[in-house]
Amino acid sequence: MKKRIFVTLKPGVLDPQGRAVHHALDGMGFDGVNDVRIGRLIELDVADTVTDEALGEMCEKLLANTVIENYRIEGSE
Amino acid sequence: MNTAVITFPGSNCDRDMVVAIRDVFGSQPHQIWHRETTLPERLDFIALPGGFSYGDYLRAGAMAANSPIMREIVREAERGVPVLGVCNGFQVLAEARLLPGALMRNANQRFVCRDAALRVENADTRFTTGFSKGETITIPVAHHDGNYFADETTLDRLEGDGRVVFRYLHATNGSRRDIAGIVNDGGNVLGMMPHPERAIDAAHGGTDGRRLFASVMESLAATA
Repeated sequence: MKKRIFVTLKPGVLDPQGRAVHHALDGMGFDGVNDVRIGRLIELDVADTVTDEALGEMCEKLLANTVIENYRIEGSE
Repeated sequence: MNTAVITFPGSNCDRDMVVAIRDVFGSQPHQIWHRETTLPERLDFIALPGGFSYGDYLRAGAMAANSPIMREIVREAERGVPVLGVCNGFQVLAEARLLPGALMRNANQRFVCRDAALRVENADTRFTTGFSKGETITIPVAHHDGNYFADETTLDRLEGDGRVVFRYLHATNGSRRDIAGIVNDGGNVLGMMPHPERAIDAAHGGTDGRRLFASVMESLAATA
């Protein structure tokens, strides 16, 4: 079973990488980009017995740092 | 004195830390590999060195914070044993939740490697009694992820409780309130981005780091 975990910076946490990319896009002449935030996509292939609760625990303990990041778990077959 | 330096895969300041402790404490620290599940009995001081544990994969310090030895370090820290985390060691302590907040990528995206002027904000911790409050000291920094972040409530609490120990005199990496080092609630766990072990001999260009290790040793002698 494939699971996708999206880890994103919490609102209010400054994203230096996003800001640099935003600046680069502006410099390349792409207009109308209001903001850029960079996150991380983690794809897991797990046994069917792995619950969303267990995935949540993986996020809390390792995959995300909840001081600065939020996470979202998506299942995909 | 019974001391230990922890080595993770990718630590690269562990030897410097060993030399600094040996030089100041006068005895050889135990060198502990992160896969160990026990620490030597009756440790007086534990140091987590700088480097790039696990190549900084995922987040700096994230994987090392879950190494087997960390369970023991948490236990020792809760027992009141002084624990020093420098640079990557600070990142590991934050990821292990022994210290609040997180170390993010430097605000300007650049690796910063130079001498940093620091203000000693609290000279009453067991790491800083050899300094004076408000004194300016010089200790080198060398990091890519030293941008300290915590929410405003946490920052106010840290400031109010005197837990901000070192502050950069000049903006260095985007850290909230220019924080360079903090202690835990119990005052026995210090995390700092600057490298005191790189300032222990006049040949290093300065010896302010030596005073930090000497403070720890004196505090241990006083409580022995």
